[in-house]
Amino acid sequence: MPKSYSGAEIVFKCLEDQNVEHIFGYPGGAVLPIYDELKNHPTIKHILVRHEQGAGHAAEGYARSTGKPGVVLVTSGPGATNVVTALTDAYMDSVPLVCISGQVPTHLIGTDAFQECDTTGITRPCTKHNWLVKDINDLPRIMHEAFEVATTGRPGPVLVDIPKDIQFAKSKYSKPIKEKKNVTKNLNRFNQKNIDQLIDLMSKSKKPIFYTGGGVINSGPKASELLRELVSLTGFPITSTLQGLGSYPGNDNQFLGMLGMHGTYEANNAMHDCDLLINIGARFDDRITGKIDEFSPKSKKVHIDIDPSSINKIVKVDLSIVGDVSDVISSITKTLKKKKLNLEKSNKEKISKWWQQIEKWRTKQSLSFINSNTIIKPQYAVQRLYELTKDSDTYITTEVGQHQMWAAQHYKFDKPNRWMTSGGLGTMGYGLPAAIGVQVAHPKKLVVDIAGEASILMNMQEISTAVQYNLPIKIFILNNQYMGMVRQWQELLHEKNYSESYSKALPDFVKLAEAYGCVGIRAKDPSELDEKIEEMINTDRPVIFDCLVDQGENCFPMIPSGKPHNQMLLGPKDQEANKITGKGKALV
Amino acid sequence: MAKSKSAYSTPSKFGKIDTHIIVVWVDNEASVLSRVVGLFSGRGYNIESLAVAEIDHKKNLSRITIVTTGTPQVIEQIVLQLKKLVPVHNVVNFKREDKKVIFKEMALLKIVANSIKIKKALNACKKYNPVILDQTNKSAVIQITALRREIDNMIKNLKPLGLVSASRTGAVAMTRGAEILN
Repeated sequence: MPKSYSGAEIVFKCLEDQNVEHIFGYPGGAVLPIYDELKNHPTIKHILVRHEQGAGHAAEGYARSTGKPGVVLVTSGPGATNVVTALTDAYMDSVPLVCISGQVPTHLIGTDAFQECDTTGITRPCTKHNWLVKDINDLPRIMHEAFEVATTGRPGPVLVDIPKDIQFAKSKYSKPIKEKKNVTKNLNRFNQKNIDQLIDLMSKSKKPIFYTGGGVINSGPKASELLRELVSLTGFPITSTLQGLGSYPGNDNQFLGMLGMHGTYEANNAMHDCDLLINIGARFDDRITGKIDEFSPKSKKVHIDIDPSSINKIVKVDLSIVGDVSDVISSITKTLKKKKLNLEKSNKEKISKWWQQIEKWRTKQSLSFINSNTIIKPQYAVQRLYELTKDSDTYITTEVGQHQMWAAQHYKFDKPNRWMTSGGLGTMGYGLPAAIGVQVAHPKKLVVDIAGEASILMNMQEISTAVQYNLPIKIFILNNQYMGMVRQWQELLHEKNYSESYSKALPDFVKLAEAYGCVGIRAKDPSELDEKIEEMINTDRPVIFDCLVDQGENCFPMIPSGKPHNQMLLGPKDQEANKITGKGKALV
Repeated sequence: MAKSKSAYSTPSKFGKIDTHIIVVWVDNEASVLSRVVGLFSGRGYNIESLAVAEIDHKKNLSRITIVTTGTPQVIEQIVLQLKKLVPVHNVVNFKREDKKVIFKEMALLKIVANSIKIKKALNACKKYNPVILDQTNKSAVIQITALRREIDNMIKNLKPLGLVSASRTGAVAMTRGAEILN
């Protein structure tokens, strides 16, 4: 007779068979049997967070920086509700997470028991799928299925809710079965004809552009390599969404920078004027498209995505290719090479005018800003951070707001999985726990959370986690004492009525760092910035870096609300030069 | 138009709205209906009627028939989003005008009136296979099967004849001829 195991043992056996090395969690009454079992499984390391939301974001950082699913363990009731924001964040940004939650014993479900909540009901809209395990015999199958659902197709979070009596109950254990019906849907559904059609469009195009997104990252590092090959083979310009940064080198000449609301002038204008738009693993998010009716009006649109429901959701496309990005790109390059179209040369002439136009747009230098000798400009701070860390394979996470956009604009990534940010949900408080997850996965690497002083306070408690596990993360706060992006919108659109966007009672971040047992550094003057950043990098402990920056700085360029790509608002340099007229004036 | 202060774009063109019948085969398991219904409410889709029951005990399959309205783009999204749900096996979508498919709905109508009016009511239902399920000297329960709109009309028409209560199943669908769905 095969041996029988308790539910708690089965949970760990599944985690072992799924090659899980780290879990992020917080104990509580309804998961105690699982915590009790932890000591018997030395290959699995548990990271104790300070709040379950932190566990979720840490697991996201872990997943995004490794490509492996992040695992979260929380208790019932508040444990589960606290993790909902992180699950929603992972759902929006397609991050594979497996969340295991404790639940009150089955006979108490539905009685409003202590720390009971309808976890599967609450998390249904923010997971790919979830399970309430009511029978111990289902547990091994459900656990394996959970990992499969989280990681196949378009990745995302899943949740397994395990009542306490099930954690004690005994059953046989079974290893994961490779082929599962039903779960592995949404995979490659393209054929050679689709690829030939795309290549036909590519060879006819005079103004092509690649628009790439997080799908390239999710498809694995190979997809980024293939993308680089495809871009150089075609000679086409390429722009990327916020989530796609790093899949193509940020300082390459063919890269136009990020597009969208705070994207570059050249990327957005190229999107508007192109005649062929090839979307690879992006989803036409509203921060990207601007006004839909006037989005890239003259182009043929191609959409490559693993999720069929992404296609034609927002923008109607002329050719859809449903499949895994790396498989699709490798088909494209193979066909290109076989046909010996030699696009690189034959196209060069055809699209040379297009490149001339792009170079014209580039001369606007839309990311430029007026620097100062007396006060640190936030963009300058990010630029210096980039220059001083670019050679050491740095991992960057961010919170949400102006600092996030400045980081995206001025930090140039040249590898995938180095950039962790909350794009879809825009979760303030994401960056610190995410940095913890990244550092756990990459203990020897430099991990910096580019933060704002408002965001960082939302999950400040997690610095304690970093101290406990000697995770030398660096929290680089661009401190302008405002919720900067809110302040910017209020300045531009609400007649400078800065309603509740100023933080009157900020902590002294240096003292706060010391209170937590890490290192605090403050920079006030541009002249001391480099030296202080070096000091931060050379400190082998967690650091909170309080960088006092210009309070009034706005993030430019930007597409004002309801405007198309070619009506961007540029920075102060350009505004002075052009004496803003018309509609732009109303907005400044 | 006033200057927009929103961080979001304003809605623009609206497509033509059609009525569609969507048939979904799902694993008959706990909370599967709430997954389907939650998808509709969460994404702002409309449900006009919904019929669900187990159809294959051995395979543990249920069939859900949903009547919904939306632009072609919305209907396409509904189908694709439904297909992404793990317990969903298949999704088929018909336009209400589709001649290849039969749509039927059953209604139970309670009439409280004198026997003359009850007779009149029964007569009015003639076209829709009326069956009297219960009768007293001052009431009757009539079962009819018909299209949604026909039942809408009947309910309106039977009000003066003493209709006090109506209960409907929501539409179910089946293709004509030897062809099967699944």
